[in-house]
Amino acid sequence: MNTPLIELKKVTKRFGTRTILNRLNLTIFEGDITTIIGKSGGGKSVLLKHIIGLLKPDEGEILINGKDLKNMTRNERTLFKRQASYMFQNNALFDSLTVFENIALPLREKTRLREDAIKSQVLAKTDQMELSEVTYKYPSQISGGMQKRVALARALVTEPKIIFFDEPTTGLDPLRKNAVLGMIAHHQKKIGFTAVLVSHDIPDVFFISNRVAIIDDGQIPFQGTPIELEQSENPVVQEFIKGQTNLKDELTGLNTKQDVKDMLIQEMDRVNRLQGSFPVIMFTIDNMEQINKHIGYITAQRIVQCLGTLLKDHFDSTGTSARYSQNEILMVLPHTDLKDAKQVLDELAIDLQKQEIFQAKSYPKACLSFSILAGLAEAGPGMDLDSLIGQALSCQKIIAHVECIKHGERA
Amino acid sequence: MAQATNYVVTPFNWLGKASIALIGELGAIAIFFTQASCLIFSLPLQVSKTVQQVFFIGAKSILIILLVGLFTGMVLGLQGYYTLVKFGSEGVLGAAVALSLIRELGPVMTALMIIARAGSSMAAEIGIMRISEQIDALDTMDINPIRFLVSPRIVASVISFPLLTAIFDVIGIIGGYLSGVVLLGINSGIYLNRIETSVVMQDVSGGFIKSLAFGIIVSTICCYQGYFTHMRPGGFGAKGVSLATTSAVVLSCVLVLIVDYVLTSVLL
Repeated sequence: MNTPLIELKKVTKRFGTRTILNRLNLTIFEGDITTIIGKSGGGKSVLLKHIIGLLKPDEGEILINGKDLKNMTRNERTLFKRQASYMFQNNALFDSLTVFENIALPLREKTRLREDAIKSQVLAKTDQMELSEVTYKYPSQISGGMQKRVALARALVTEPKIIFFDEPTTGLDPLRKNAVLGMIAHHQKKIGFTAVLVSHDIPDVFFISNRVAIIDDGQIPFQGTPIELEQSENPVVQEFIKGQTNLKDELTGLNTKQDVKDMLIQEMDRVNRLQGSFPVIMFTIDNMEQINKHIGYITAQRIVQCLGTLLKDHFDSTGTSARYSQNEILMVLPHTDLKDAKQVLDELAIDLQKQEIFQAKSYPKACLSFSILAGLAEAGPGMDLDSLIGQALSCQKIIAHVECIKHGERA
Repeated sequence: MAQATNYVVTPFNWLGKASIALIGELGAIAIFFTQASCLIFSLPLQVSKTVQQVFFIGAKSILIILLVGLFTGMVLGLQGYYTLVKFGSEGVLGAAVALSLIRELGPVMTALMIIARAGSSMAAEIGIMRISEQIDALDTMDINPIRFLVSPRIVASVISFPLLTAIFDVIGIIGGYLSGVVLLGINSGIYLNRIETSVVMQDVSGGFIKSLAFGIIVSTICCYQGYFTHMRPGGFGAKGVSLATTSAVVLSCVLVLIVDYVLTSVLL
């Protein structure tokens, strides 16, 4: 384990009545890339600004190499600042200086290098960052992505020991985003600096991070390696990891698994008390992995989305549907009887087969078969959740099907 | 009864708060100036940045100073002539124009013109740097923002103000000559001789002392307003910068006129 370079102990910061950091504890180890993730407006940038000394905490202490930042002498603080560099969220480029002058500024002001040495260092950085064509332009004359790279070049040019990156990839296209993350990882390996990164690029940023900290409600509920993160059962961590799935579920109009589970438990309780019953339907998209592999991820999502929309149309407000797993949708119909559910399911099957996405001709370049299965089960008194789901799964039958008869010829 | 007491107390409350705020602000400006002026001498000296600022505040203001100076002198000549001619003493026009320019109008008009041209842009430039985190960026690079941004501007103002005032004075006297001698027919020799006999070194040095004081006041106030744009209550972003610029201009102008009166009464 590396030695802790920066330690934040019970740091509290309030802006007016709003508490941004609330007795926050964080440890950053030397030579690591530590990524801080969290919701927008959650205090990530404020946290970084505290470490560099732009903001002062109301309470708590920030230790750099074991020494409290506020008790440091002027020389010690200067030494720390000279070793550190900060890449701002909005770049903070000097807009009346050219790209070249921006990158050269820390060298000109803080080193005794000769002008030709400065020039060669700056040009090397602009080359690396693919900025050669805009070296003598002003920040307002170049694109947002380029400005980001200029800021990155300016942060790296002094070869600092600690670099704080505040959202270095926000606003970049996916290719450049990966290039920037790659560049940070590459430079980190080469120079061995300690990096503290604030980012939203989950999961990409985890691939280059040694440690991850999650900030939520002004505190750090989790800090550890990305592997520990993945295995953590902390609900906040789960929320972040599954953030992407949640977004997809919002797009498909489906509830989360937890929502439907909660509802099922509540309904089962009611059934047990009143000795009634209600139907549930489990839909499965067969061959989902093959769709992902041979046609594509977007198509797979569109199939789920299409099914979700039709479920909403047919069952209207009588039921709740949720993404139960990657390829399963569970529908709970607490105010419907089995007969009605069966009838609506039949209508749904007819409608489903008419959809363009379930026509073989929609996939001229791929030959694979897939189907939508549906299984109806009735929840009665005394049943448990697993057996109910099991029952629904066991009686599934095909309600829509796309068949590829043979290569090049489709049904 | 309580309400009546409130009506009596409220104005005093307000006056007290405003006075404390004003004194606090003046104190903050004084500390800001002291810091900036001490940092002028920290090594390495920022010669090229100061020269750039002298070019911006001084050289680029010459044209406007020439124009304003010429017309101020001409109008002084014109007004002075018609007033003096009533007493049959139009011969002293040269002295009247030269003394009013060198003692008063030169330093004050120059300061007002530079406030309008360079002071406002100082406040706006530094204000924009503040709101776009450029000043924070300097801080993270261990570059002292006050030394980097404010000190060269104060030095450049101290250099530029007296020089521009001198130009203003000379061109104003020429303006007075144009309207008095060329247009209204006063004897050229009398005009120049009256200047020579009436203007003493004390007048010139007094004018320069004023212009030095104005240089320090204008640059400090304008930089201060820009530098602390983010601390303004109720003004954020672009609006904050616009408020800072307005305050910089208004406060500088008012202070220049107040200090002018104080210095005049001390120097006379």
